[in-house]
Amino acid sequence: MKGSKILVESLIKEGVDTIFGYPGGSVIPFFDSLYDAPIKFYLTRHEQAASHAADGYARLTGRVGVCVATSGPGATNLTTGIATAHMDSVPMVAITGQVKTSLIGNDAFQEADVTGVTRSVSKHNYLVKDIKDLAPTVKEAFHIAKTGRPGPVVIDLPVDIQIQDAEFDYPREINLRSYKPTYFGHPGQIKRAIRLINKAKKPVIIAGGGVLIANAAGQLLKFAQKIKAPVTTTLMGLGGFPSTHPLALGMPGMHGTIYANLAITECDLLISAGCRFDDRVTGRLDAFAPGAKIIHIDIDPTSISKNVKVDVPIVGDAKNILGQLTEEIDKEKLPDVSAWNKKVTSWKKKHPLSYKKGGKRIKPQFILEEIYRQTKGKAVIVTEVGQNQMWAAQFYKYDYPRHFLSSGGLGTMGYGFPAAIGAKIADPSKQVLDIAGDGSIQMNIQELATVAAYDIGVKIIILNNNYLGMVRQWQELFYDRRYSGTPLANPDFVKLAAACGVKGVRVKKDAEVKTAIKSILAAKGPVLADFWIEEEENVFPMVPAGEAINRMIGGMA
Amino acid sequence: MKHTIQALVENKFGVLARIASLFSARGYNIESLAVGQTHDELVSCMTIVVDASDERVLDQIKKQLNKLIDVITVTDFTRREYIDRDLMLIKVFKRGNGKKSVDKIVKKFPARIAEEKKTYYLLEICAQRHQEDEILKELKKAGIKELVRTGRIAIAK
Repeated sequence: MKGSKILVESLIKEGVDTIFGYPGGSVIPFFDSLYDAPIKFYLTRHEQAASHAADGYARLTGRVGVCVATSGPGATNLTTGIATAHMDSVPMVAITGQVKTSLIGNDAFQEADVTGVTRSVSKHNYLVKDIKDLAPTVKEAFHIAKTGRPGPVVIDLPVDIQIQDAEFDYPREINLRSYKPTYFGHPGQIKRAIRLINKAKKPVIIAGGGVLIANAAGQLLKFAQKIKAPVTTTLMGLGGFPSTHPLALGMPGMHGTIYANLAITECDLLISAGCRFDDRVTGRLDAFAPGAKIIHIDIDPTSISKNVKVDVPIVGDAKNILGQLTEEIDKEKLPDVSAWNKKVTSWKKKHPLSYKKGGKRIKPQFILEEIYRQTKGKAVIVTEVGQNQMWAAQFYKYDYPRHFLSSGGLGTMGYGFPAAIGAKIADPSKQVLDIAGDGSIQMNIQELATVAAYDIGVKIIILNNNYLGMVRQWQELFYDRRYSGTPLANPDFVKLAAACGVKGVRVKKDAEVKTAIKSILAAKGPVLADFWIEEEENVFPMVPAGEAINRMIGGMA
Repeated sequence: MKHTIQALVENKFGVLARIASLFSARGYNIESLAVGQTHDELVSCMTIVVDASDERVLDQIKKQLNKLIDVITVTDFTRREYIDRDLMLIKVFKRGNGKKSVDKIVKKFPARIAEEKKTYYLLEICAQRHQEDEILKELKKAGIKELVRTGRIAIAK
């Protein structure tokens, strides 16, 4: 069997049904083998979009997303998507063509050192130099991508290997002596954690993306209810705990809720599940949960004690460990936390997320609230990066896991639209919206052609303020309103959509918002909606970079 | 503080690059790095001497190394009994006090004169870390023409 066919057959063995990508000289044999395979191929208009689409597919389903590109520029264009997936622990296999083995290192046409380029932005990578290694490499790549802390794995495959012949024998099992993730919590650590929980009068749980990746939302709910601890969910953890639950604190950190940040600052025990204490969450480290003992549950040992000092580390899968904890905690031994919960509830009442209504143009928060109301929280919200992302995190309420897809770690503008395409393809029954800014939508706007070509019913909501809004906000607050490089002269988005065969609508008035959203949601195919929002609206509350998280500006009542 | 770490790794293409790029990407300082195949041809041993400012940095270095897929085990020799060696080849000028210094070193340390040339001695020294300072101090007085060394290797007792 030819190498290209071996690769396709291996992908089928791994259950791959969808691939996003872009062909080129070094992957022509692969595309030939793909032609009549039972795998759906989606041609994006840029390789970066293919990698984000595979990422969106993976985040929604929990399965491994697959993308493919040719050597050289094809591969380097995939890299931003690979790095995005890496920072947010998204299972992905990226296949890149490579120049033929005899030319590697000769600066051949469309040659790039792909394993070198992707080394620090992928979980692992391979250059397949012998056809015998191809099938085992695919097996290993999928295993590594989806186990432990998931991540992207790159397979760089020279074009000559794709046309060589070999026997196809897909390995049933693999045994990597050097890679054995820990899934269950160490019993001693579980006991130590329970001892702390039994003493805590002011506990808070902080849930991160690991809760979603481990499919641990059910276990988290049971655990939180048992110990009656309020739960704050990081940007990556949104939906891991129902935000309408009485114990829910919403998001912590730079643009988190005041009450989540106050609760973290005053708690005596912080239980972290699948959260890696990013600087956007912690703010100034020495003022983060200063009086608290910290229990840190994480499948990746390097996440533990990297940023904050931890009292009880528990390495393992969030689902198993939250289950172990819930089971072993003796209800009788738990201290009374009602005074603490009362205090937290009073903060929630006193400092709700809010915004000033009225103004010359539409308020973006109102658009998000209205989308939430009309979709009843059931839509999959995908975001770009910047103000749009923060408003989407704040003003849409997430009750379900895997319903908020966003580039949290790398903060990749241009992520949202292609990721929404991947998500919609993964589950066409879901209403999928890309909440975008007028800046970030233009980073992958060429994909309008893709959604038109395949009739992918993604709804693009542009919150158009004619600025690169988040940077403009920092310039307003910290740089004396010197708007350097941030004003945007935009194309006519509605005409642009029309030129690509996508329905476009423009909404300029408050009074039109409700009906516009209704018709956008009702449309079967893709829609681009250009909402003209208040130009200098800010995301509040806000913790200035490097400040303590209880020192928030804006939104303090 | 200096720490000696041993990583047993899969003897595969690109592993050294992974380790080197891990250290550079995360800003860790490598003082020396020695790589060689072990008695098992599928396994290489890397001995890495790092300069870690505190325990947490050292801890992260070990964990990050362990996280690499091709790294099989990581051993920190800091609180263990081990012996370490570093092979130095040094050309020492004969002029002045050269002969005296070289004789002194050869007598006192695991060192020998590998070659004697017209103007210099070629010394081969297989020293332990605590001996190094004294050796180099003495030889510098005589005058060093050239020095090459392997990087430290270590083995647990």
